[in-house]
Amino acid sequence: MEIGLIRGLGTLVVFVAFIGVVLWAYNSKRRGSFDEAALLPFADDPQGLHNQQVSRSNQE
Amino acid sequence: MNTATSTAYNYKVVRQFAIMTVVWGIVGMLVGVLIAAQLAWPALNLDLPWTSFGRLRPLHTNAVIFAFGGCALFATSYYTVQRTCQTTLFAPKLAAFTFWGWQLVILLAAISLPLGWTGGKEYAELEWPIDILIAVVWVVYGIVFFGTLLKRNVKHLYVGNWFFGAFIIVVAMLHIVNNLEMPVTWTKSYSLYSGATDAMVQWWYGHNAVGFFLTTAFLGMMYYFVPKQAGRPVYSYRLSIVHFWALITLYIWAGPHHLHYTALPDWAQSLGMVMSLILLAPSWGGMINGMMTLSGAWHKLRTDPILRFLVVSLAFYGMSTFEGPMMSIKTVNALSHYTDWTIGHVHAGALGWVAMVSIGSLYHLIPKVFGREEMHSIALINTHFWMATIGTVLYIASMWVNGIAQGLMWRAVNTDGTLTYSFAETLVASHPGFVVRTIGGAIFFAGMLLMAYNTWKTVRAAKPEEMEAAAKYAVEGAH
Ligand code: HEM
Ligand code: HEM
Repeated sequence: MEIGLIRGLGTLVVFVAFIGVVLWAYNSKRRGSFDEAALLPFADDPQGLHNQQVSRSNQE
Repeated sequence: MNTATSTAYNYKVVRQFAIMTVVWGIVGMLVGVLIAAQLAWPALNLDLPWTSFGRLRPLHTNAVIFAFGGCALFATSYYTVQRTCQTTLFAPKLAAFTFWGWQLVILLAAISLPLGWTGGKEYAELEWPIDILIAVVWVVYGIVFFGTLLKRNVKHLYVGNWFFGAFIIVVAMLHIVNNLEMPVTWTKSYSLYSGATDAMVQWWYGHNAVGFFLTTAFLGMMYYFVPKQAGRPVYSYRLSIVHFWALITLYIWAGPHHLHYTALPDWAQSLGMVMSLILLAPSWGGMINGMMTLSGAWHKLRTDPILRFLVVSLAFYGMSTFEGPMMSIKTVNALSHYTDWTIGHVHAGALGWVAMVSIGSLYHLIPKVFGREEMHSIALINTHFWMATIGTVLYIASMWVNGIAQGLMWRAVNTDGTLTYSFAETLVASHPGFVVRTIGGAIFFAGMLLMAYNTWKTVRAAKPEEMEAAAKYAVEGAH
């Protein structure tokens, strides 16, 4: 294979992977588990969390 | 060992690393101020080989990056991985080994570098027996960290841990590949690589030392301590996932921007430049994610100097990751390379980002692991904040002025093609900048002394019962 083609394909693979990651991360199916994960720093100290944010999550 | 350990975090190793972060920060920055003063007043080299600039400079870089930055990362990664996984550290004996092993590495560096034992590669100067010790400590660090992730009591892996994990894996790989060398005596070895290959391997290492040690790992710190101190979850968790993958994919390829206009093939230089320009996007994505975490809580900045440290560190991170891609453009690099501009860029990242995010995180962490409500004096934290900010600004502003002046003077030619300025003339022009940099550095250093005093008072007031109580935690689901 010619070097230019390899580089072109490499760029394409990385680009597709990037789009894949974005679609995966911004898929609404992920919403609930991401909201849970985002609260992990407060898992051992729920009072530390500013209360208005808690309602947004599905913690209960 | 008492039975309580199963429901208590292992804070001992965190306390040890946290204290040593402050100690090595002071040592490393004192050497920084000394070498800054040597550049302004060369008599300070004392005409002795052990105190000459050439030997103390690597002592400075190793002390601030690996001793100060390294201890800060061990402390914060061990702390956050336990708290976000709701479990105690895996293999506490191995964790203790990483502490003593890392201190031994630092001690050996502090002895061997002034003696002039060096492999000669920047940021990888240490000779082969120390390299082997580093590799062992690092693998054990990985075992402790990933072991803790595996025994977690929660479903998800918090994103900060991804950054720490990538940092541990990539640094192991970089260290081993760049330090493949042939020992000739106990204190001398030669690299297995030569010529342009050696340069490429070295700057693949050097750039990713910046990318994974000084950036990715400290972003892991940021993703825990900014939300925690602001009292609200990170602005966008989705953005943090995209941030993570984009950053680690791109960083690996940007190394050639350290080798513009060298014997490195042209295509590799151009690749490095393009990758560096694209790197702006994930870098700013991360910065915005950190800053926006404060949205709705901006008023806290008025009263909380710890939060101020964290937010200003993000601002400097944004600044240096804007400057970096600009300097990667070949025509810009033709001016900036070899000048103090690079040094200014380095310390915008090193003082403004790395040191300030570490200091802010430690002010949050130290009282927690010593069972205190807060640091001994919040007013002193505030004073420290202003000293750090002013010191950093003086440092980088003087280096910009010097860098541009040097770049322009070096390239100026007369109509007959001869150079307009001799090298000595550019040094004379740089002298005021060198003095201002020394002053800025000294102010930053003095701030660290305040931190040491504040930490000392906080630790002195700690009681063993309170420390034990602070380490207790209730396993998830109990509430
Ligand atoms: C009080 C604070 C500090 C002062 C006064 C200081 C001063 C200096 C000086 C004078 C140099 C040599 C510049 C030259 O060769 O022209 C240097 C290099 C360097 N310093 Fe610092 N420094 C400080 C803090 C730090 C910190 C906290 C870090 C990292 C976390 C750091 C990382 C570096 C690096 C990586 C280099 C090498 C730069 C290069 O080769 O381009 N410094 N520093
Ligand atoms: C998008 C991000 C960044 C890019 C594209 C970038 C790019 C660059 C460029 C082009 C140079 C000059 C190379 C030369 O002319 O020799 C440089 C040097 C340097 N940068 Fe960055 N930079 C970035 C962020 C950072 C950050 C956040 C730090 C953190 C501390 C940092 C630390 C350094 C160091 C230590 C050097 C000096 C290396 C040496 O010559 O010893 N950079 N960077």
